[in-house]
Amino acid sequence: MRFLLVEDNIQLAKAICDHLLLDGHVVDHADRLSTTTDYLATTVYDMILLDIMLPDGDGREFLNRYRASAGKTPVIVLTARSEVSDRVGVLDLGADDYITKPFDFSELEARCRAVLRRHSGGATNRKSFGEVEFDALAGTLTHHGITTSLRNKELRLLEIFFNVPGQICSKPKLVDRLFSYDEDVSENAIEVYVARLRKHLEGSNVQIITVRGLGYRLSLV
Amino acid sequence: MNDALKATGSIRRRLTVQLLSGAAILTIILVFIVRSFSQQLAEQSQDNILNASLTAILDASSIQQGEVTVDIPYSAFSMLSNLSNDRVFYRIDQDGAFLTGYADLPTPKLRAAADTPTFMTGTYQDVEIRMVTATRLLALEGRPIELQASIAQSRNGQAQTLAEISNMVMLFGSGFFVMSAIIALLAAQSTVGPLQRLAASVSRRAPHDLRPVTATVPEEMVPLVQSLNQFIQRLDTSLTRSEDFIAEAAHRVRTPLATVRAQAEITLRRVDKDENRAALKEMIRAIDDSSRAAGQLLDHAMVTFRTDHLERSRIDLAALVRECVDRLQAVAALKDMALTYAEIDTAQISGDAILIQNAVRNLLDNAIKYSPMESHISIELTVEAPWLTLSIYDQGLGFPKTGAERLTERFERGDNVGGIVGSGLGLTIVDEVIHAHGGNLTISNNPNGVGACVSISFPLP
Repeated sequence: MRFLLVEDNIQLAKAICDHLLLDGHVVDHADRLSTTTDYLATTVYDMILLDIMLPDGDGREFLNRYRASAGKTPVIVLTARSEVSDRVGVLDLGADDYITKPFDFSELEARCRAVLRRHSGGATNRKSFGEVEFDALAGTLTHHGITTSLRNKELRLLEIFFNVPGQICSKPKLVDRLFSYDEDVSENAIEVYVARLRKHLEGSNVQIITVRGLGYRLSLV
Repeated sequence: MNDALKATGSIRRRLTVQLLSGAAILTIILVFIVRSFSQQLAEQSQDNILNASLTAILDASSIQQGEVTVDIPYSAFSMLSNLSNDRVFYRIDQDGAFLTGYADLPTPKLRAAADTPTFMTGTYQDVEIRMVTATRLLALEGRPIELQASIAQSRNGQAQTLAEISNMVMLFGSGFFVMSAIIALLAAQSTVGPLQRLAASVSRRAPHDLRPVTATVPEEMVPLVQSLNQFIQRLDTSLTRSEDFIAEAAHRVRTPLATVRAQAEITLRRVDKDENRAALKEMIRAIDDSSRAAGQLLDHAMVTFRTDHLERSRIDLAALVRECVDRLQAVAALKDMALTYAEIDTAQISGDAILIQNAVRNLLDNAIKYSPMESHISIELTVEAPWLTLSIYDQGLGFPKTGAERLTERFERGDNVGGIVGSGLGLTIVDEVIHAHGGNLTISNNPNGVGACVSISFPLP
């Protein structure tokens, strides 16, 4: 996926970019509206993440102009404003969704996924490993002509494995990625989801291997 | 505010009273002047006739055969009787000795050869009389003889005429007063009218209508309206400033928190040591805690601000809830939760959409936050006149057995929340919003199973 991040706070922008890069996406960063326009003129993006208060203008006005000029790329607004204080909702201005700062990356991912699913109308984001084809957007797993719909946590877990096939993912890191930080979850909770994925993968040449004391690994058999 | 407002009488009453007293004073002066003038006129005419009559008598006096002869001409009395049927008295003296007439008529002693007649008023035979006295010198055998004649007339006729005139004047005066009173009332009304229209047009305004007053008013009221408009302008500026301040404060607080949180989260993905990871997770939780508290405090400020000036419009509650549910599906999905919404076709209420949206979102946030993974939240909209009720059932912790009623107070949280981050303001906000709309918030535990049930009811329009 190719993202355009419009955010004037450099540290925050860097953290978001790092995050998206780690998840295997491509990100361009614009710190003002003029740069945004330049980027949009030369590159096609799958998603724009747009801050509202920017040094050279209001993101909402930009959004309004962008939609008026038939810009089709889905937009998620990153707002630090209180929702009750915004008289004109960003959704009315053509944003596909918005998220209030500070946000959980998993929520941002979930919102991106939902928006892209709604937007692309059948477009896919397929990855293959062995006989298994995984569509992170549609949330499906296919092998031997059988397609299984995944629940959210299964999908996110499989996405992590598919991003780094063959590498070991440690249990604590998987727990962090899968559960919110205010939930007290034991590392064993991950086993439930691994077990479910194993069930979905049954009959294919792809397996989730337990590496004792280290974690799990997606591998071919 | 009304308590401090003291009314010091009514302008209309004061104006009416002032105009009426003015009219009354004018009427009294008018009556007095007309009466005294007519009295003067009546006296004047009586005096003239008396004088003419006296002149005729004196002119008719002569010396005949060495004697003073006073032949009172008929005309002298007829002109007096013409005036009215008053009684006439006369007396003629010759050189100070009574000659003819009423001997006891009290007459003044005039100097000889006083050509000007002397008028006086007195009482004779129990009637008020007006009397004129004059002298004439006649020559008898080379010796001067002084003849003094007085003629008097009672004043009954004059009094009667005066009484008639007085009655006329009183009648006229009363008419004048009644006319003035009507004009005074109309004048007071037309003076107060623009004030009343201005007051009505200002009080009819919607609470959020802060446009300047443009009603046409009389010149004298222009400064008042200008001050009012300046005041409205200042209020508008100050309200906008507080709204901007709240939005700006949210921005200032949330942006750095977002930065720190994002950095902590990205660092968490990179470090492997357990104690570092635990510290980072603590940090993220603390950030979530403070950002939620700051956000809810600012939301609460904004909600209080908006409920104070509740701006109502027609809202389709069914669509509003659908939008909230749709938006929160992504968050619920993170916990593999299902949100189901049983809506009805139309659910019109009157209220502030942003506030109600915030209340509904707070309730749904709570339901998601306090419910376990892979649980189910069901949302129902039901109409039971006169209420429209939104109920949210979850399968979470439920409310504590005791003290649940305190949860709508600020910063109160249930004692069973465990480590779940919260500000203790969510239900306070909901409660304020619902009460501002004349509705009710009911919190209870799901009677047929685990979890909480929260209902908010709005009165149907």
